Amino acid sequence: MAKERSSSATLLPQGVYIVSTGSVVGPKEGEGPLGTAFDRVWPDEGKRFSSYEKAEQQLLNEAYEVALEKSGFDWSDIDLVLGGDLLDQTISTNFTGRQHQRPLLGLFAACATFTEALGLGSMLVSGSNARDVIVSASSHHLTAERQFRFPLELGYQRPPTAAWTATAAGAAVLSKDAGPIQVRAVTFGRVIDAGGRDPNDMGSAMAPAAFDTIYRHLASTRTRTCDYDAIVTGDLGYFGLDMLKVYAQESGLIFGVELQDCGRLLYDPTTQDTHNGGSGPGCSACVFAGPLANRLVRGDWGRLLLVATGALFSPTTYQQGETIPCIAHAVELVAV
Amino acid sequence: MGLQQTRYQQLSKEKMPKRPVLRNLLWAFMIGGAICLAGQFVQLFFMHQGMSVKEAASPTTVVMVGIGAVLTGAGLYDRLVKRAGMGGTLPITGFANAMVAPAMEFRAEGLIMGVGARLFTVAGPVLAYGMAAAFVVSAVRYLVTGVA
Amino acid sequence: MSFVWAFVVGGLLCVLAQLILDLARLTPGQVLVLFVVAGALMGGLGVYGAFVQFAGAGATVPLPGFGYTMVEGIGEAVKQKGPMGLFTGSLTASAGGIKAAVLFGLAASLIFKPKA
Repeated sequence: MAKERSSSATLLPQGVYIVSTGSVVGPKEGEGPLGTAFDRVWPDEGKRFSSYEKAEQQLLNEAYEVALEKSGFDWSDIDLVLGGDLLDQTISTNFTGRQHQRPLLGLFAACATFTEALGLGSMLVSGSNARDVIVSASSHHLTAERQFRFPLELGYQRPPTAAWTATAAGAAVLSKDAGPIQVRAVTFGRVIDAGGRDPNDMGSAMAPAAFDTIYRHLASTRTRTCDYDAIVTGDLGYFGLDMLKVYAQESGLIFGVELQDCGRLLYDPTTQDTHNGGSGPGCSACVFAGPLANRLVRGDWGRLLLVATGALFSPTTYQQGETIPCIAHAVELVAV
Repeated sequence: MGLQQTRYQQLSKEKMPKRPVLRNLLWAFMIGGAICLAGQFVQLFFMHQGMSVKEAASPTTVVMVGIGAVLTGAGLYDRLVKRAGMGGTLPITGFANAMVAPAMEFRAEGLIMGVGARLFTVAGPVLAYGMAAAFVVSAVRYLVTGVA
Repeated sequence: MSFVWAFVVGGLLCVLAQLILDLARLTPGQVLVLFVVAGALMGGLGVYGAFVQFAGAGATVPLPGFGYTMVEGIGEAVKQKGPMGLFTGSLTASAGGIKAAVLFGLAASLIFKPKA
């Protein structure tokens, strides 16, 4: 059978299940509206470590541990680890690999890394001899700030479109064995560059990429937005989600109450001073691994489309005046 | 520019949340003014010690830089600027903040390539272009008038 | 009255900078460079000196004062040493602030840890 188009959704022929998830977040995320839905909330950003890079590695390590503990698996059961983070050379994920000693594939799709890992991991479980796989993504506010923007104590006024990088890690254990959530289909994103160039406005820059992936997923799975209990985008935030709705409307796609956004859900902008909302690979990872997975497991939702979005720029490219290419990866999940 | 880019520019411009410009200006005025007022007090203090206006300039700057450095170290200056914007950045205390903050931040990368090299990451451009502009302006004046 | 003018003039300079930041969408770094260069230019034209006499710290504490100080320093140095002053004057005059910032920066990096 000829493939319809290489860029359309992949339906997973063999059952792939999420057995368990683990979410570990920083204090600010713990104080947010979703605070009680996370497995662990750190009392501080990790000041006991000699660097915040080390703190982020521990955050990720704990997310792995929590997810494994809940699954009943040991590290020795895990065939493959897939994950990524925001730091240069994906050091958080790679350095954490020193501890778990399992085969590791480091991934990068900025804030879309979690669904990249989840989608790719599911395809491998479905179509290879990998049986049990763990996927993850992490970020830390303080390590991201120093890499992408400025030193912490430097006075700086954030515009209303600025996002707040989350201190958070999320992990999920995937298996051929039945679990409470099934991964049904995956649509990987294309790089879409609509010409945004402001690193303080990633939400609107990512909206066209989110739209493209959602549109292609719906078209190739022959579903409509109302077939889903929830369609949750990555880190579009307030501004980006508004832009997405406009793009959708112009193409005849109507979103209802099912459309939400991880970056928007994570914080309370009125009291937490987070402007456009949360961002960072850990944002969609922890929001899925905590509250969203809970809702699927409890049966509140039957079907979820998770669409993490990533802005694929680096400090070098924006200093050179380049525009910001963006990507979004979608994973369709159903409650079992 | 493609159709997609044009549409994005239009849409993002239209939907972009507005910056609270008026509130920013008010805060910039109040905090910026207050810092300069503090500077005036310090300068007057040194003049009371018998210095001329000119002589008092350097010690005043040193004290103001010290205030900026201490507030930065205590983690207060970034909070001040969040409200005050350029009201906190433009005065010399903001210059101190721009040098002290990276020095603190990159301590983890060592004293040489961390603290030593990064001290000037933010303040460097100000010094470089300040010196260059002062040189050019003075050189032109010297060539034209004979005194710099 | 010197206090009132220091407050008002200093505040207005910051307002101007904020206006450029918000409306022209420049980065803070670009605004600072713009202002220090403008201070040097106005110093060279002899405008900023009058401004300093009038507003005191309101004109010297904001960054254009830094550019002005450098130009003034060059003027003095050239008077004493001739053309070589073009090279030595600006840093001599601004040495206090720069050296204080370097020393305090080094000290702070040893004493304080950045907070979230």
